[in-house]
Amino acid sequence: MVKKILKNRSALLGILIIGALVLSAVFAPYLTPTDPFAQNLFTRYVEPQGLGEDHVLGTDDLGRDILARIIMGTRLSLTVGLIATGISLIIGVILGSVAGYMGGWADNLIMRFMDLILAFPGVLLAIAIVATLGPGMVNTMIAIAIVRIPAMARVTRSQVLALKEEEFVEAAHAIGCGHMRILFRHILINGFAPIVVLATLGMGTAIVTEASLSFLGLGAQPPAISWGRMLSVGRQALRNAPHVTLYPGLAIVVTVLGFNLLGDGMRDILDPRLKNN
Amino acid sequence: MFEYALRRLFYLILILFGVSVLVFLMVHIAPGDPVLVLLGEDFTQEDYDRLMQLHGFDRSLPEQYFSWLGRALRGDLGISIRQGVPVSLLIWQRMGATVELALAAVFVAVCTAIPLGVLAAVKRGTIIDMASMVVSLLAVSMPPFWLALVLLAYLALHTPLLPLFGRGVGVVPGLLETVTTGNFDPLWQGIRHVLLPAISLGLAMAAVLTRLTRSSMLDILNRDYVRTARAKGLAYRKVVFKHALRNALMPVVTIIGVQFGALLGGAVVTETVFAWPGVGRLIVNAISQRDFPIVQGGVLMLALVFSLVNLIVDLSYGFLNPRIRYD
Repeated sequence: MVKKILKNRSALLGILIIGALVLSAVFAPYLTPTDPFAQNLFTRYVEPQGLGEDHVLGTDDLGRDILARIIMGTRLSLTVGLIATGISLIIGVILGSVAGYMGGWADNLIMRFMDLILAFPGVLLAIAIVATLGPGMVNTMIAIAIVRIPAMARVTRSQVLALKEEEFVEAAHAIGCGHMRILFRHILINGFAPIVVLATLGMGTAIVTEASLSFLGLGAQPPAISWGRMLSVGRQALRNAPHVTLYPGLAIVVTVLGFNLLGDGMRDILDPRLKNN
Repeated sequence: MFEYALRRLFYLILILFGVSVLVFLMVHIAPGDPVLVLLGEDFTQEDYDRLMQLHGFDRSLPEQYFSWLGRALRGDLGISIRQGVPVSLLIWQRMGATVELALAAVFVAVCTAIPLGVLAAVKRGTIIDMASMVVSLLAVSMPPFWLALVLLAYLALHTPLLPLFGRGVGVVPGLLETVTTGNFDPLWQGIRHVLLPAISLGLAMAAVLTRLTRSSMLDILNRDYVRTARAKGLAYRKVVFKHALRNALMPVVTIIGVQFGALLGGAVVTETVFAWPGVGRLIVNAISQRDFPIVQGGVLMLALVFSLVNLIVDLSYGFLNPRIRYD
């Protein structure tokens, strides 16, 4: 498996990008050139000065170093993406496997409820949920998780439906395995590949949604550093200081790109039929 | 087919019923007393009681829901707290702008994605193929509202041709005016205004569609009937466009429907960036003013539009591919 990932250029590049981001998130306080919270009204909107200077990527409206804030912001983006995707993965897999395995009324009830969530345009639903629960990082994660659950549930369900008729499941029944054991130890283990791919690609979506919510002022509140909020700050000075908007956005693009590359690569590895197609 | 359409329509009504319950509950799940939310800070006990009665908050939840639903079905979505205007009127005035932007974005996406996808498939493995795949991977990783900001900062601010915000007269009203008066300016104004919002909103969709068109084309180009068509001496161009493309577009059409939802959601943020007078911006402004009837009504209407588009796409699938049998 590891060999296959190393051979797949897309997955490898994705892992490198994500690895670098995770490292910078973990070691953020040691990597930031200056204090990301330090304000200096004498150095407002400094243009990017380039490598080796005080403000490599310039400063924002309060004279805070943009590079330092981008590095620090990695923490929030990755955390929100990871937790939101994790919640949606756990709940989606449980709902999807119950629906697929039990069938009948449980299937109907669960999947109709998923259809109901899917009737709302994704970002709009997240906005509505946060508007209801109130702004903040935790509510943002809840909102993103809810929006992502139906996709996870659908994929899990289709995997379970396909696998539960297989002979090895029948064999497990025959030797007297319980339902839980069959579902988790036999079916889900074998059908997990597309779910993992979807979750990886979902990280990118989650990070963009978080940025959108923060951009609208609904995400994590200051002093927490969020790339989306940095963009909304930059928007105020688009004419004179476009760099305030440019770089945090690039950070989002690179992060999402990393997860998309890894997701695409994993899909190729796990489902060779789709390769180069 | 007709029976299938009826069944889908019935299911749509059920789903919309569920949607209405969720949207109704928004105000009631929100932490705090809804009346306090409505009243703001400065009020007397009398105001409180009056509002309580006016909105029927003193009645049971199901009672409140059915009276709200009854009014919503008649087109009455309540009164905006801040503006004192019927919510349905506010939404009605802005829905045209939102739909126009969404359609323009789909137009941009389809016009770039399908030629690019076909080209990438036909020139598989060449630099054109690789470049289009790299560009689409980048585009799909970009938050639309950031692209919007970048286009504004680096393009619109330096080009007098491209306006920074607003909708002008709108493309469709502009077109009508042009047709009636023979003056091309209104139409041009509309196009000029919609260009950047449509590009920033449509690019991510274009990326998804390009990849899909390419893989779908590759699949079809390997089919036996394509080889047969080539073997009997048909020109390659003709085979690509007549035999392959028409069949390759089937999955693309489905995805346009699914992506339309992402587009309507993304439009909420993009509209805010361009000060586009649509429903999305109305909702965002209402959230910051805690004007809940507008948020409720706006979310309800956008979900309705989205569900209708999906229904139309599903049904059109049957027309495009007569082999599909509904049971």
